[in-house]
Amino acid sequence: MNKKIKFAQGNEVCAEAALYAGLDFFAGYPITPSTEIAEHLSIMLPRKGGKFIQMEDEISSMCAIIGASLTGHKVMTATSGPGFSLKQEALGYAIMAEIPCVVVNVQRGGPSTGIPTHGSQGDINQARWGVHGDHSIIALTASNHQDVFLMTVEAFNLAETYRTPVILLLDEGVAHLRERFIVPEKGEIPLLTRLKTSVKEGVDYHPYLPREDGRLPMSDFGGTHRYNVTGLYHDMWGFPTTKPTIVHRLIHHLVHKIEHNVDRIARFKEYYMEDAECILISYGFSARAALHLVKNRRARGERLGLLELQTLWPFPSHVVREKCVDARYVVVVEMNMGQVLQSVKLSVEQPEKVFLANRIDGVAITPTNIKNILQVIRGKGV
Amino acid sequence: MGVKDYIRERFFPHLWCPGCGHGIVLNNLIRAVENLGLDKSEIVMVSGIGCSARICGYVDFHSLHTIHGRALAFATGIKISRPELNVIVAMGDGDAVAIGGNHFIHAARRNIDVTAIVMNNRIYGMTGGQFSPMSGYGIKASTAPYSNIDPAFDLAKLALGAGATFVARTTTYHVKQITDILEKAIPHKGFSVVEILTQCPTEFGRRNNMANPADMMEFFKNHTVPVGSKAKKKNPDLIERGIFVQKEMPEYCSEYDKIVEDAMKGQQS
Repeated sequence: MNKKIKFAQGNEVCAEAALYAGLDFFAGYPITPSTEIAEHLSIMLPRKGGKFIQMEDEISSMCAIIGASLTGHKVMTATSGPGFSLKQEALGYAIMAEIPCVVVNVQRGGPSTGIPTHGSQGDINQARWGVHGDHSIIALTASNHQDVFLMTVEAFNLAETYRTPVILLLDEGVAHLRERFIVPEKGEIPLLTRLKTSVKEGVDYHPYLPREDGRLPMSDFGGTHRYNVTGLYHDMWGFPTTKPTIVHRLIHHLVHKIEHNVDRIARFKEYYMEDAECILISYGFSARAALHLVKNRRARGERLGLLELQTLWPFPSHVVREKCVDARYVVVVEMNMGQVLQSVKLSVEQPEKVFLANRIDGVAITPTNIKNILQVIRGKGV
Repeated sequence: MGVKDYIRERFFPHLWCPGCGHGIVLNNLIRAVENLGLDKSEIVMVSGIGCSARICGYVDFHSLHTIHGRALAFATGIKISRPELNVIVAMGDGDAVAIGGNHFIHAARRNIDVTAIVMNNRIYGMTGGQFSPMSGYGIKASTAPYSNIDPAFDLAKLALGAGATFVARTTTYHVKQITDILEKAIPHKGFSVVEILTQCPTEFGRRNNMANPADMMEFFKNHTVPVGSKAKKKNPDLIERGIFVQKEMPEYCSEYDKIVEDAMKGQQS
């Protein structure tokens, strides 16, 4: 038993996991409640020869990581609420130009400046639709530090696999909570590296011609292949085009490379689900309260179960549908006005059996809050 | 090698209007790169959005056509992660000092080793002739139909004030000077700004009694003087061209290398 046990804040765990995943470039801008990620990486990155830069704003931080990713590095930025809004245009650029990167959004209450020091899960739908135009996106979340570590590494693996930005949607509660976690050994979590082109120097390289499996082998800026990268619709050389057949094909490629792999990207956890007649669906910090309640009520013989979602986008509809088919009630526990609730209702066969247990006042939802809402749903009063 | 060895012929003809000055900038950039003997694979050309931004697609370097105003931020990420690459950024005037003004002053302040070429045609050409922060008082534009009341930046002074260590200005009339300046700006260790006044007869000239591109180049000839000339003292409206500053200061990537060295030492002990 040589396991290395650490006691740390969620933001630090995220930064440590990014380093484990091979992060070597981070650009950021101070914003509560995500700043500790930047602070930790400003110490740790130069120790391994990596680069940390504090940029002049949120927009330039997003742009800088895209530039660094093109030179062949694993890159990340971290932000919160208003900063996430500012990053959307460049995030769309990374989607269009298919540039791997990880964007951490430690959610706080919004809209606008909102409630910076308090938790929220209000950016779930922004993560999906904040960028203009049709597109798809991968977004992960985590409820405890062991999973923050795992999901951060997964975010890098998925970004490299699908050549896309991956959003890690933490929330203030998880980010500022201090708890123990076991540092995974080297090699314990597989690390995926970028698919590089095997096209030889002097041979015409098509940076934007997908292989049969939809993947695009990359060539680093500074390498032997010189090609164009643009946010405009582009042909297989990366040159701008308005040709309808190419535009049509590219938008399908961008959406399908993610939506057709929803089962591969889906990460979730199940607790007491076998015979559950009431299923709680939750994620992030609110899943902790949900799990506490489920354990507590199980001890009293109530058939409660928890489905914890770790992939929020692409939404794992097939998982939710299958798991909820026999449930009498499905209760979505979240700290917003019902953002995942919408997706769950669209996924299940009987949307009328789906209810919301939420809290949106900046205070973390408690097991008692959920219990009281369950009483109402069952018609038993509070 | 000839000019054709530096361009992507597949992507021609270019989209610039007849009489546009941007092709002159492209031509002279290629000449400067050839004269410097740079390897095409060691150059990354980054641009923003607009007519000027299309320059990076035509050159056979690594090229990154980004979003409006942010070219320098992308370039910063490239340069810090691969300092051995030559990073050249092409921007328009609106791109560089309106929407991208913040990135412009901060790249200058850091003195990061990037060459910023500002192709200043004093107008938003691609969107149809709206005034920019470089249009200046009294100019007519599609969004200043009566007359522009916005004063212009002096881009060279802005760059100097922000900390750029190489600042120069020339025009598309002075083609030899473009090459000469770029040959100094590209190898300069630090943030270099080269403002090139370039003509947009279609959107600027047409509205300002200079619809003929030759008239606009004539304007560059008659209204500019070498830096420090006596004529400027007599007539302050004349525009100075040449090198305003060329000095050695600590460069950002080199300074960061020292941080890495210190951090690694701390790690060992």
